[in-house]
Amino acid sequence: MSAYMDALIALPIIIPLLAGALSLVFWRSHAAQRLLGVLGTLLLLIVSVHLLLETWEQDHLVMHMGGWHAPFGIVLVSDMLAAIMVILTGIIGFATAVYSLSDIGERHERFGYYPLFHLLLAGVNGAFLTGDIFNLYVWFEVMLVASFALLILGGERAQMEGAIKYVTLNLVSSMLFLTAIGLLYGLTGTLNMADIAVRLGEVEDTGLVTVIAMLFMVSFGIKAAAFPLFFWLPASYHTPKVAVSALFAGMLTKVGVYALFRVFTLIFDQDVDYTHEILLWIAMLTMLTGVLGAAAQFEFRRILSFHIISQIGYMILGLALFTPLAILGGVFYILHHIIVKANLFLISGLTYQLKGSHELKELGGLYRSHPMLGLLFMVPALSLAGLPPLSGFFAKFIIIRAGIEVEAWLAVAVALVVGLLTLYSMVKIWNEVFWKAQPAGIGPARSPGRSLFWMWPPIIGLALTTVAIGLYGQPVFEMAERSAEQLLDTSRYIEAVLGADYIESLQEMRR
Amino acid sequence: MEIVMAFVIGFLYAAALYMMLRRSIVKLVIGLVLLSNAANLVIFTAAGLVRGAPPLIYPGELLPPSASADPLAQALILTAIVIGFGVLAFAVVLIHRAYEVVGADDMDQMKDTDT
Repeated sequence: MSAYMDALIALPIIIPLLAGALSLVFWRSHAAQRLLGVLGTLLLLIVSVHLLLETWEQDHLVMHMGGWHAPFGIVLVSDMLAAIMVILTGIIGFATAVYSLSDIGERHERFGYYPLFHLLLAGVNGAFLTGDIFNLYVWFEVMLVASFALLILGGERAQMEGAIKYVTLNLVSSMLFLTAIGLLYGLTGTLNMADIAVRLGEVEDTGLVTVIAMLFMVSFGIKAAAFPLFFWLPASYHTPKVAVSALFAGMLTKVGVYALFRVFTLIFDQDVDYTHEILLWIAMLTMLTGVLGAAAQFEFRRILSFHIISQIGYMILGLALFTPLAILGGVFYILHHIIVKANLFLISGLTYQLKGSHELKELGGLYRSHPMLGLLFMVPALSLAGLPPLSGFFAKFIIIRAGIEVEAWLAVAVALVVGLLTLYSMVKIWNEVFWKAQPAGIGPARSPGRSLFWMWPPIIGLALTTVAIGLYGQPVFEMAERSAEQLLDTSRYIEAVLGADYIESLQEMRR
Repeated sequence: MEIVMAFVIGFLYAAALYMMLRRSIVKLVIGLVLLSNAANLVIFTAAGLVRGAPPLIYPGELLPPSASADPLAQALILTAIVIGFGVLAFAVVLIHRAYEVVGADDMDQMKDTDT
């Protein structure tokens, strides 16, 4: 039992890695791979719930890999933000694994869908849990390589074109990240994030620190799809299989947002007036361009892709305002958004299987034939737009309230207008896909040819989660509140990672 | 020496960006290669250039000589090179497949998924 407790932080990384390796062993047996997909992600979900509870109890869980104590070895750190992100990975991983049973066909399984799927989850969890900046880069690459391969699985023309943009921009972002790490290492002589935070306080050349901060901002901005670096996202997210799209839409850009939250609270909090002012403008422009881009689209998944961008703006807004309430709102928004957005993508996949198209013009009449699906679409759609009593309302409410408190009137106005335009987009989808009559001349293109049964449970489950967060949000609110406290009071994180002795000896040396 | 390295790195970044802004996807990949090398050299230079002083601990001592090279930066570069190699191998295969599917080595022919 104690060995389990010791390894608890590492388990969310180890479980998907093991499941992926086992899927490779059962390369020929697709049934075994499917079973491993569902069981592996279920186990991941259970462990991540345990990790969250344990983190709640102990504030910070720290594991020194290989017994090398920080700052010399690599540490895994679980604070509330990381634990929340890991549990979301568990939820989305499990949902898409079940969904894949119906969505992913033989052909994609033969190209190794399941091993890549697990590798992606391992990379995402590694990025959330690591406390070492270079290790973060490595996990980013693990995640990217898996996502590259998942994106082009199937090899259609649109996928190739989308993948070139996706791969190029993400590699540029990685290289900028690596450059920034190099400069930061030259400046501080350490890679441990807590240690960097301590040592940056002593650096005299604050101009260079801000330059490095900007490099990080651009690099993570590309990964998070923030304005003006988001063009790879709407060019690629609608091309792969829907299960893959949903996983990307839920987790990948949020890894970038998580990295922004981590780095711009823990490491770069010296020059908040400058850096977070830039973040504020990025946030507002991201919200606006995303939602306006969505308004111009008439393809189901492209509309949803543009809405990812506008929602990223809200999260960055929470970080940019930099008050306890705003950070809380940002974390709450991430939590709500991941569940809702993945669910919308899953629904788009089900409508595609039923009607054979993603184009709004060719869709219609689904409310008549599948009223239940219409209802299930309304829940995440209205939640995304921020209507009470769903989770999106509270997420937006907290952030806007935080904006009013610091009198950032422009940001508040943008957030409200974007909420309204989001509602417009969602109603547009509702009207076109569900409400209007089936367009003449375009029948149900084809029968799905296989059972769609396993597409329903994830959609229903995620919709219920959204409602539950809305109606019974107190525990979620408290978790987000705690993570905001931890993010703003960095001394707790630093002490948990480095230990009181080390910090004392550092202070001795300074004297 | 640092000055020379700074110019070399700056030139590499400039060349990489120039290559990536061309329309050909082959030149795009060459740009990525140069970019990854430039980033590795940044780490190498930022960690401090030390000449002829390997970080070895001589018998009877507990620490390496004070002005020895930093082994950690080299470990980082080694990791980055390996990752960069893997990713670039993927990128090369990708552009080959894209060339087969699209039938052109031209980014302007690949605008179907743009909006």
